[in-house]
Amino acid sequence: MARAISILPEHQLAGLTQRYKNEIGRRRLVTLGCLAVLLVLVVLSASFAEVRPATFFSNLGNFTSYVGRTVPDLHWATLGADIRAWYWNLDGWAKLLGETILIAYLGTLMGGIAAFALCFLASANLVSSPSLRFGARRLLEFCRTVPEIVFALFFVIAFGLGPMAGVLALAIHTAGALGKLFAEVVENADMKPFEGVLSGGASWVQAVRFAIVPQILPGFASYSLLRFEINVRGAGVMGFVGAGGIGQEFLVAIRNFYYTDVSAILLMIIATVVVIDLVTEKIRHRLIGFEAPTR
Amino acid sequence: MSIADTTLRERALGDMAGLKSRHPELFTTSTVQRFKFGALIAAFVAFTGFAFVALDFSLARIFGGLHRLGEFAILMLPPNPEGRFTAFFDALVETVAIAFLGTLVAAILAFPVAFLAAKNVIPNIFVRFPVRRGLDVVRSVDTLIWALMWINVVGLGPFAGVLAIACSDFGGLGKLFSEAIEATDRRGAEGVQASGGSRLHQVRFGLLPQVLPVMASQVLYFFESNTRSATIIGIVGAGGVGIYLTELIRVLELKQVAFLILMILVTVAIIDWISTRLRLALIGREAR
Repeated sequence: MARAISILPEHQLAGLTQRYKNEIGRRRLVTLGCLAVLLVLVVLSASFAEVRPATFFSNLGNFTSYVGRTVPDLHWATLGADIRAWYWNLDGWAKLLGETILIAYLGTLMGGIAAFALCFLASANLVSSPSLRFGARRLLEFCRTVPEIVFALFFVIAFGLGPMAGVLALAIHTAGALGKLFAEVVENADMKPFEGVLSGGASWVQAVRFAIVPQILPGFASYSLLRFEINVRGAGVMGFVGAGGIGQEFLVAIRNFYYTDVSAILLMIIATVVVIDLVTEKIRHRLIGFEAPTR
Repeated sequence: MSIADTTLRERALGDMAGLKSRHPELFTTSTVQRFKFGALIAAFVAFTGFAFVALDFSLARIFGGLHRLGEFAILMLPPNPEGRFTAFFDALVETVAIAFLGTLVAAILAFPVAFLAAKNVIPNIFVRFPVRRGLDVVRSVDTLIWALMWINVVGLGPFAGVLAIACSDFGGLGKLFSEAIEATDRRGAEGVQASGGSRLHQVRFGLLPQVLPVMASQVLYFFESNTRSATIIGIVGAGGVGIYLTELIRVLELKQVAFLILMILVTVAIIDWISTRLRLALIGREAR
């Protein structure tokens, strides 16, 4: 084969090779240093988190046997009846799943409305008062840092057991999470239409309505759908603290070792979440397709 | 806003009647459009109303509850650990440890699997498709549910929490990693192939250098969000501060709860700050 690359003379090459080796050696050293720090952190946190690999491996059999026990007894000959026995409480579970989705829906809606109201106050390009902006931002931050289940714990005591507590808890958390994302969308909006509408005689509210809102609505809708997806998952465990949805039933099934119920409910939850994921993803891609992709 | 803009605005406001008579179509909406919009809104409102009724919303309960929440707020002040500071602190350290280990394990597991789910590494759809759906299924199970299942295997305690976070993040990170791999530039790998590299060399020298910074920044982001979720897995008994949160809220020791929540907020803020710093550094290195 003809050599296409010319080889440098030996004396020039030696220097270059040496520098290359030094450079590589330095980078290796940095990488090794990072790995050593990481290793120390791992060992430290493993001792804090009481990691017991021995227990893990000796009990791993439990996991497989646990999964094995949740598999229902299905026979080909009596498949229909077996499935009916497996999903003996299908109507009840379906109703609870419906409740879960409604909780996620209302939580997203209420949180989304609150976020919509707050995000304009939190965006630097529309609000010139730093104190107002600071207040709005800290409020949003608080709402999204406290996990929704902690709010649910409070609300269950205040409003009583039931889905209402779950909805309110999800709504507050959603307001915080969406408010931040919405504010970022608003800050990325083109300000020229806003100034144009203002010059055309509009008030501040009218200018936001006609110049900013049309630009940001696809982004808002897309983020809200994404949040809805997340909230369906969140609503599924609200029942763990008595705040409605399918969670309570699932917790009972796990705690009381109703093995086949566990798999039945879990499969229903997974199917619901996956379907909702796929549907919202389709809608989101279409929504974003209208606009030039923002990110 | 400049002076020219202001005079334009005043002129427009002064001539509003004239503008309306000259461009009537800009000031009204067509009936059909209005009807469509109205129908959409009506359906939306009807569904929302149905949801409210189905979920037992009642104004009386809301007002009663708000009253009680007000009482709680008063009971929370001033935040006070009441001698439990060290216990809270230990639990918080445990929480961060759970989040850290969980994220790390998830990242290590997700790394090889992500390559199997990436279109440009595995063109075979029969391998890729099941891997992707598998990741979706793992992702759709909430961390708390994973925690409940792992408690059955390794017993109560933070180890179950680590495994729970590792499992639920494995799905999420696997998906994000594979998307990062698919978004890479082909030219690096092609260059390696052109100079005689094997398929493995292409991945190692053409692909990895491009995706590693992206992956690392995603892992850091997950670590941030996991510090939040690790605070609650204690609710089902999988370690961390969650157990204190649940118990103290149930017995209405709200001064301690308030203090604990403040501690969590500070911890999360610190972790956020560190990981944002690291992420910016990583992205800076990527741009170089």
